[in-house]
Amino acid sequence: MSIALLLLALAALVALGLGVSARSGHEMGLQQWTVAGRGLGTLFVFLLLAGEIYTTFTFLGAAGYAYGFGAPCYYIVAYGTLAYVISYFILPPVWTYAREHNLVSQPDFFAHKYKSKPLGIFVALVGIVALIPYLVLQFVGLGVIVEAASYGSIHKTASVLIGAAVVVLYVITSGVRGTAWTAVVKDVMILSVAAFLGFYLPIHYYGSITHMFEAVDKARPGFLAFAASGQSVSWFVSTVLLTALGFFMWPQAMGACYTARNADVFRKNAIVLPLYQLVMLFIIFVGFTAFLQVPGLKGGATNSALLKIVVASFPPAVVGIVGAAGVLTALVPGSLIIMSAATLCARNVVAPLWPQISDETTVLLAKILVPVIALIGAGFAIAGNSTIVALLLMGYSFVTQLFPALVSSLLPNSPVTKWGAFAGIAAGVATVVYLSLAHQTMGTLFPALPEMVRDLNVGIVALIVNLIALGIVSALTARRSGVALRDEHGQA
Amino acid sequence: MMKHPGLLAVIPFIGMLIGPIVHNSVTPYILGMPFSLGWIVLWVFLTSAIMALIHHLQSRKEGAGR
Repeated sequence: MSIALLLLALAALVALGLGVSARSGHEMGLQQWTVAGRGLGTLFVFLLLAGEIYTTFTFLGAAGYAYGFGAPCYYIVAYGTLAYVISYFILPPVWTYAREHNLVSQPDFFAHKYKSKPLGIFVALVGIVALIPYLVLQFVGLGVIVEAASYGSIHKTASVLIGAAVVVLYVITSGVRGTAWTAVVKDVMILSVAAFLGFYLPIHYYGSITHMFEAVDKARPGFLAFAASGQSVSWFVSTVLLTALGFFMWPQAMGACYTARNADVFRKNAIVLPLYQLVMLFIIFVGFTAFLQVPGLKGGATNSALLKIVVASFPPAVVGIVGAAGVLTALVPGSLIIMSAATLCARNVVAPLWPQISDETTVLLAKILVPVIALIGAGFAIAGNSTIVALLLMGYSFVTQLFPALVSSLLPNSPVTKWGAFAGIAAGVATVVYLSLAHQTMGTLFPALPEMVRDLNVGIVALIVNLIALGIVSALTARRSGVALRDEHGQA
Repeated sequence: MMKHPGLLAVIPFIGMLIGPIVHNSVTPYILGMPFSLGWIVLWVFLTSAIMALIHHLQSRKEGAGR
């Protein structure tokens, strides 16, 4: 076993240890396992929410996207910041409502607000579907890390399976409290590793960060600005908006919000977290440095750009430390994602359909589902060859469809009915499914439209379909049930 | 604006996105980075400041209301 692999194993063991020790002394009922009894202060919520952000996506995905596509990766620095601006306004009322009604999950929120159990089940299903690509990308990342740290001696399939097994073990032993603690270790590690690599590598190879960019610009003119078509400025703007709106629509992100002690936590986070976002920048520097130093990676292989340049530049011990940071960035979000998907399945889909089920059975079912979901994710990770960013954007296309119904439910006297919410989400999700299965974009569907419209992110197109369906169906059903909307209608 | 400090939150959206829209080019470099990237980073800092201002104005408003 190489020193690099040894360090990876050590990181996984430390995380498991932290998980088990954080858990002791707390009864692991459903509330403890998932929302830690709503007793986490600013720092922990900050880290749990940050734990969402600094995932394998940041670490490997951002570098790979910079390496493979150039300027489009800039969106990664922009969207989180705007998402926090939105969170400043929507999370406090969501948190307050959740606490008043003792809600533990995202579907609870929709079911309660719209007084519709089926809507809750539907939202849970959409959440699960969106979580799958997000989970797959964590496993793809883990696979890349194990493969690189073993210097190729452990192949992709085995690497992904080892990674998935560690995540499952971790989820079963720790729950959300353990995750919060590991998040502390993980964040310290990722911050220092990212800052070190982001400064060291460009300076080592080019003398300065600016020189590195100039060299890239010279080697491939246009790579550092948006293309005239395809991933153009219009793609950039629509992708930033899609991901900023969807940021807190992830079931596990809303779950993490519920762990806060009070609502002001979110407002303070919205001031600080944009700066935290700058970690992405270092990783992007690494990706661009790798572009000329370890050339030749294509498609899904770009995911390993960061590790390839680390392997090419440092001795195995450093590869091990970088890999260990990478393992933690996959472990923390990976565990939150699996835990969310499992609880969504057990608590928000099965339990409402089978009301006699006891709380204990629900928890047991959720725990049984953990390895099942992990296997599904691992299967996709082994079979696929997508870039990490493409996987994340697919998840976002789904999850952002929940945004209109969520925000309108926060309005006083919301004109949106449960049927409108249903129709909007369904129409949006159907549009995403159709466009991604058929590999269509606005450009291929309507080649006659102007470039600006053709390059729109498909998720935004689906969001527009969603809004139209939500508006029309709400108007129809509100009139039928005779709610005080008639006045508005008469004027329109 | 003083009555509804929350409206200030529109500024980061416009600011962040307008740069690449009106000037999609590598030069001039901002903060040592290609134009669009440097522009976005600049707006990350400005957004943080704007959110701090909103928080300050809102909590002062709440304080005055009591």
